[in-house]
Amino acid sequence: MDFGFGIAPSSTINLDKVDNARFGQLHNAEPDVYKCMACGSCSSTCPAGRFSGMSLRKVILALQRGKEKEAVKMLKGCMLCGKCSMVCPRGINTRHLILSICRIYNED
Amino acid sequence: MKENIVIIGGGIAGLEAAGQLIRLGYAPIIVEKSDRLGGHVAHWHKLFPDMTPASDVVARLSEKVSDANVFLNTEILFINRLKDSYNVMLSNGISIIARIILFTTGFRLFDASRKEEYGYGIYNQVITNKDLEHWFNTGEDDRIGMSDMNAVGFVHCVGSRDEKAGNAQCSKVCCITAVKQAIEIKQKFPEAMVYCFYMDLRMFGKKFEDFYISAQRDYGVRFIRGRVSEVSENIDGKVIVKAEDTLSGKPVKVTLDLLVLMSGMVCNPDSTRIASMIQLPADSDGFLKSKDNITDITASSKDGVFYAGACTGPKTVPETLAEARSAALEIHSYIQGLQ
Amino acid sequence: MFGMIFILTWCLVGAIRIIAQLPKEDRKRFFLSLVNPKILLKDIKDIFCDCLLHVKLWKRNKLLGYMHSSIAFGWFMLIVIGHIEVFFYAPHRAKLLYFPIFFRYFMAEDDSTMGGAFFFFLMDFFLLVVLSGIALAIIKRVHSRFFGLRRTTNPSFMDLIGLYSLWSIFPLRLFAEGFTADISGGSFLTKSLNHVFHAFLGNHMNMLPTWWAYSLALGIFFCVLPFTRYMHIPTEILLIPLRNAGVRIRHPRKGYAEAEIYSCPSCGVCIDACPMGVMKTHIKDTTVYLNRQLRRNNEARIEEISDKCLLCGKCTAVCPVGVEGDKLRIAQRSMRKYGITPDYSAIDTDSLVKEFSTGSGASSGKVLYFAGCMTALTPQIRKAVESVLTKAGISYEMMDKDGGICCGRPMLMAGRFGPAEEMIAKNTEIIRKSGASTLLLSCPICYKIFREKYDLGDIEIIHHTEYFDRLIRNGAISMRRSDEKYVYHDPCELGRGCGIYDEPRAVVSAAGQLVEAEKNHKESICCGGSLGSLTLGFEKRQSMTENSLHNLTVASPDRIVTACPLCLNTFRRYADRPVEDIAETVDRNMN
Repeated sequence: MDFGFGIAPSSTINLDKVDNARFGQLHNAEPDVYKCMACGSCSSTCPAGRFSGMSLRKVILALQRGKEKEAVKMLKGCMLCGKCSMVCPRGINTRHLILSICRIYNED
Repeated sequence: MKENIVIIGGGIAGLEAAGQLIRLGYAPIIVEKSDRLGGHVAHWHKLFPDMTPASDVVARLSEKVSDANVFLNTEILFINRLKDSYNVMLSNGISIIARIILFTTGFRLFDASRKEEYGYGIYNQVITNKDLEHWFNTGEDDRIGMSDMNAVGFVHCVGSRDEKAGNAQCSKVCCITAVKQAIEIKQKFPEAMVYCFYMDLRMFGKKFEDFYISAQRDYGVRFIRGRVSEVSENIDGKVIVKAEDTLSGKPVKVTLDLLVLMSGMVCNPDSTRIASMIQLPADSDGFLKSKDNITDITASSKDGVFYAGACTGPKTVPETLAEARSAALEIHSYIQGLQ
Repeated sequence: MFGMIFILTWCLVGAIRIIAQLPKEDRKRFFLSLVNPKILLKDIKDIFCDCLLHVKLWKRNKLLGYMHSSIAFGWFMLIVIGHIEVFFYAPHRAKLLYFPIFFRYFMAEDDSTMGGAFFFFLMDFFLLVVLSGIALAIIKRVHSRFFGLRRTTNPSFMDLIGLYSLWSIFPLRLFAEGFTADISGGSFLTKSLNHVFHAFLGNHMNMLPTWWAYSLALGIFFCVLPFTRYMHIPTEILLIPLRNAGVRIRHPRKGYAEAEIYSCPSCGVCIDACPMGVMKTHIKDTTVYLNRQLRRNNEARIEEISDKCLLCGKCTAVCPVGVEGDKLRIAQRSMRKYGITPDYSAIDTDSLVKEFSTGSGASSGKVLYFAGCMTALTPQIRKAVESVLTKAGISYEMMDKDGGICCGRPMLMAGRFGPAEEMIAKNTEIIRKSGASTLLLSCPICYKIFREKYDLGDIEIIHHTEYFDRLIRNGAISMRRSDEKYVYHDPCELGRGCGIYDEPRAVVSAAGQLVEAEKNHKESICCGGSLGSLTLGFEKRQSMTENSLHNLTVASPDRIVTACPLCLNTFRRYADRPVEDIAETVDRNMN
């Protein structure tokens, strides 16, 4: 039955429903993924950011929130140049983190 | 009383502790490396949160120690442990046998040129918090012009909370100092846009939050949550700052006439050097290690050696003074116990 | 006898397998090279120098060189002279493969062989040479420091069997020949030993066990050889002509890579060379262990070792047989499967060209400056290069003022060739469209890939060290010489990677007094900041940087000069004296 209106899909991130299995795998491969304090250094220095909207900070956040598609889309722009690893104040091995994400997650 | 007490460092912690010890009837000896008392505070202009002139604070503290033995321009050559006391050899040729040594060696300001991506020492329009205070005090700095000050930026956490710089700790005072300096800049240049680039704002102290609110409400200082990663220069000699505005999730870029780097507090290499002479350990953050970080912060692992102030970690002025007083009392009790 | 046949078949099958695994064009190239007299001559010369005389080891350490060449060349000569003897005295037996080896056992001394005293002397002489080599080898096991090796490899079980059987072959041969010296003839060594033996052992029947022991040792050695590091002896003979034919690693395990893996003699020269070696935990991550794990197909360890490496290339530079540790590792990395593949097709190169192009179009001599990603974080380099160019009156355009596309080298180092090639294609488009005739680079990481993988036609690719050297030479800029002491650090990618050693030194010498680091040129020690390593975390690199700095400061220089933004950034973190880029040195000291 069509009432002429529908319920918009909720924009709430339901953490109860997030599947953490792959993030657990990622954490095993690169434990530093938990060290990010979201300062944004990586994103602002990223040369790929201006072409593709790549932001490692957002990728990590998106993966933790179960928004894998968004993360994958951004990662496709990464050029692996390593500037992010140079600026990260927490000393995260960002290149290994990115490669690990690319191995554990996939495009579909 | 004849008990020799050597206070290493004539900053505010050393002065306050000496003042208290004099009131308790002792005759402490202050050894200061530079040519004046007051340490870092003596170089500051005004102190948060009440904009107290720093010179007043130093003057008040110095007054109380006018009777003390003060050695300026003097360094510690070596200290060695005797049976129940220490032999302290000074660079002016004097040696002191003392049963009590108080470390008030303080901190060192992070050398901002080590964060080369921020361009300190490379670009003309990049200065540090200390340079700005110096300008407030003296009005002398070629880099700060009185006209054409349209936009000023403050970078928080320069050399603090930064493993790459070798300092993982928070320096505690930079957030509030940036807010204070932003307000002062706004007072001098009301038309200028002032931006503060921060990772987290840590407004923990008395009236800090009020100060922060005032900066936003009364002065319109813009706070951008994102750490600056790159600074470049345009042909006019202005600096271009790149950061991510993490709240909107977009990179931001802004052209500034002046960029102020909030250099953090790092452990003073001199204090580590002197401490190693009598095998005093450093804590994992590089600062001197107290006997207990909660209950015994002014005691060291050695009998008769005490700590006060920023030699054990970044501290605000009131915290330092409170600790100096407490160290003086600890020393008094210790001496009582010796008799 | 059995051992001999076994090893010959094994080697033949192995060689055919490796050659069969080569891609078609490489195989063609290899066979063509074998009929090309110039390359063939070089093959023979290289095999002689490297396999028998071990010239590279001589250069490294005289004792080590002597040890290897005495065993290899001595043994070779024993075989050659043995054959000559057989040829002379028993030509009818010459076709029996085993005959020369046991010549003394079969032959009785008679008038015809007496004429062979000269050969007997030679045989004994070379036996002595080999024995001295074996003695040195035994000393080396205990005291590797005498041989210039701080650390040496831990032999595996099979290696030990091979080692002991090799050690025992020659003393046993000496005993065996000694026993029979009065029958079959001998010279100063065997004859005198024979007298000693006869003093208490008269019976000739005693000779049988020693000959048996000798042949047994020989048999065991050849039987275990394929499973030990001694496989490098036959493999290297194949590797050298392959290399001279221009064949390169194309597959991580097959073909040329396999030849390299089996050519590794496990000598351990790479252990001391490896910059990660300052931490004991990393010793088993050096190239010699990579080769061992590759032979064993231990995938977990192969991945761990190949991902950890800094790719500084020093193991390749010092390897006596020419195993390319860095390229082997990149090849292993290329085997990884990824679920996410980068895609840069959306980048619009036209708009990027417009961003920096001043619109003057193509003019001869136009310089395009590509500073590289890393220099955005070391602005002093960009500023100094631009300042020098401006002062020298050179007009230039800056390609990546607002950030550009990465050169692709970091992606390539991670073994992801596809995305790297996409970036190369994009950058090539931009540079070609710019109309520049010279591409000036500041980052050696970019420089290496630009030289090796980019096709820019007539556009000259040059690093600023070379460019400034040229400017000084042709008088475009003049330098003031101060009495400051400088040490120059060779960045891995610029030195070992591109062979640029002299230009930077000439530039530094024009600014002040140049002193050398303890290890320099191709033996320079990586700063520890390399992008090559995928897994080495920030905190694990400090000791490497400190070690590298220590190496640089032995001659107590006032300043450390480098030519790589990554080295600069890394050194400045821990250095106790000023560290600067060569561009800053030039900028500060030019008139």
